[in-house]
Amino acid sequence: MEPLAFVLGVPLAGALLLALWGHHEVAREINVACSLAAFLAACALTAQVIDGGPRLVWNQAFYIDALNVFLVTLTSFVGLTTSIFSRPYMKIERDHGKMTPPRLRLYHSMYQLFGFTMLLALTTNNLGILWVAMEAATLTTVVLVSVYRTAASLEAAWKYFILCGVGIAQALFGTVLLYMAAEKLIGAEGGALLWTQLDAVKGQLDPRAITIALAFLFIGYGTKVGLVPVHNWLPDAHAEGPTPVSAVLSGLLLNVALYAVLRCKVLADGALGNGLAGAMMMGFGLLSVVAAAFLLSRQRDVKRMFAYSSIEHMGLMTFAFGLGGPIATYAGLLHMTVHSLVKSAIFFAVGHAAQTAGTQLMSEIRGLIKVSPTVAWGLVLGTLAILGMPPFGVFASEFLIITTAMREQPWATPFLLAALGVAFASVFSRVQPMVFGETQLAPLAHPPALLPVFVHLGLGLMLGLYVPPALDAWFREAARMVGG
Amino acid sequence: MPADVSPLFLQFVNLLGAVLLLLAFAMLSQRRILSLVHLFTMQGAVLVLATIVVGYVTAQPHLFVSALLTFALKVVLIPLLLHRVVARLDVRWDVEPLLNIPTTMLVGIALVIFAFYLGAPIAQLSSSVARGTLGIALASVLLSFLMTITRTKAVAQVIGFLALENGLFFAATSATYGMPMVVELGIALDVLVGSLILGVFMFQIREQFDSLDIHHLEKLKEE
Repeated sequence: MEPLAFVLGVPLAGALLLALWGHHEVAREINVACSLAAFLAACALTAQVIDGGPRLVWNQAFYIDALNVFLVTLTSFVGLTTSIFSRPYMKIERDHGKMTPPRLRLYHSMYQLFGFTMLLALTTNNLGILWVAMEAATLTTVVLVSVYRTAASLEAAWKYFILCGVGIAQALFGTVLLYMAAEKLIGAEGGALLWTQLDAVKGQLDPRAITIALAFLFIGYGTKVGLVPVHNWLPDAHAEGPTPVSAVLSGLLLNVALYAVLRCKVLADGALGNGLAGAMMMGFGLLSVVAAAFLLSRQRDVKRMFAYSSIEHMGLMTFAFGLGGPIATYAGLLHMTVHSLVKSAIFFAVGHAAQTAGTQLMSEIRGLIKVSPTVAWGLVLGTLAILGMPPFGVFASEFLIITTAMREQPWATPFLLAALGVAFASVFSRVQPMVFGETQLAPLAHPPALLPVFVHLGLGLMLGLYVPPALDAWFREAARMVGG
Repeated sequence: MPADVSPLFLQFVNLLGAVLLLLAFAMLSQRRILSLVHLFTMQGAVLVLATIVVGYVTAQPHLFVSALLTFALKVVLIPLLLHRVVARLDVRWDVEPLLNIPTTMLVGIALVIFAFYLGAPIAQLSSSVARGTLGIALASVLLSFLMTITRTKAVAQVIGFLALENGLFFAATSATYGMPMVVELGIALDVLVGSLILGVFMFQIREQFDSLDIHHLEKLKEE
């Protein structure tokens, strides 16, 4: 049996089941079970790729190689832990009256559908389907962000839809141009949108068409990565949606969008040979790091603050991939992995902290260590990890990125260091009083699921100290492909 | 250009492209919401006609399927949906665009010149009969983009967004004889689901704010 059938089929079937069956008490468990099945199937797929190398599935419609297989595993893993986290979280939201059975039904089915669209975007070999899946992922998350039906969540969802919809439409125009340039070489029947085919002929693609296509593709998918100046949707969508959605948005969707940019970069590098894609990625990446670090210091809402931190880290990854070369690309991939793990762990802890305090305003959240010590420790350790304290994995990847930047683009180093310093000072000084200090808050009615938090942080810590050989081999292989 | 294609057909495709662009300009200047819906429907019809002509000239059967899909979606279903929204929510005028109409038109003209400048050299690469219209397609994409970002009513923004999709479809038809079928079906599905979600949203926004004016959607600001 083809494991890919389960990777894609289980979330889709789960979404249909949860939508048609309506909300039951066991819907939460079905959600977890579907995510678990998808994760196991992803592990089987991974084992196949380790054994047999890159493979084309089903008449070239899907392509699995080192670059996407590790993202598939990561996506289904974080999808699983987030579904575990959302069980008690949604129970508490229901007790607070924020979620009703119809909304829970919508939430659970959209959660699975969102997982499906991301896995489809990652595994497809067709750049057209990649676009369709990215747009579908936008639509499902728009529904998820608006699930509370409050004025603020509707505003956030509307902004998200219009900005990302218009942005991603630019990527479709880029795809059309790419298809036009490739059709002459491959022919309309030969699958001129299949990435493997394009990769084979990338040296002969017309540079003028590819330059313009690249610009449109970069703006389009860059909007979804959350790069400054097209980042406005991101903090709103993160702050106003349910916390499990913030966790998967930051941890997974942004990665998938960056993956789309990387696939386009490989083609553009092959066709142009002038490093234009790299220069664009470095420029916008650096701008995002610096702008986000300064905007970060002005936030009062805890989820908004960590949303800006996501912009900062996505900018850093984009910069690393733009820098190119095996070391920076390796560091970018490592940073993608640890950022996913650590940032979703932070959102889990922040979600429970906000539920305990009944608000997301940082000035109102105080003394978590007395009310629920585990949430508090999760938040402190997660914050330290994301800010790049050794021995966590973020430190390792940031260290690699900055040292490579010093050697190859020394002008960028002071900006990076200053931005990281500002981010450190502003985030840490806000999280510290949230955790310590006096409080009158009462503990939560249902015990929070903190296993995901500590599993994620544990993995983040492990990647800082030791990268398993299989993962190391993928990263090297993927870095060779992307970094040229 | 294949020699056996009659120049008359080519002229016709170019004419349809020009009409598409004209309609995009008309939408940019139109402030009555109901007229916007009518213009959008017309644009859809022109797109269907252009797809059929290109499909006939080049004997590409899948373009007929694509035309049928566009007709069902952009000429029948979505306009129907928009009419219902306009009637039920009673929105007639888009009070004031963020930029006044003459300024918007001037920006629009600049965008068209830019699009032609960008489109002309790469259109030479296309093997399609209708390659001359690539610049027009890009121009209508950019004009719809401008419309989406300058309007203040939610309905007008949605129409701008859908018109943008029209421009993209025209680009795909004129530059490459349409995208592969599976991609086109996927895009159509996304557009359909997206319009349904937006339709539901408009009712919810109305319920929450008692207005469809997006000025109310300015609580969340970067601080």
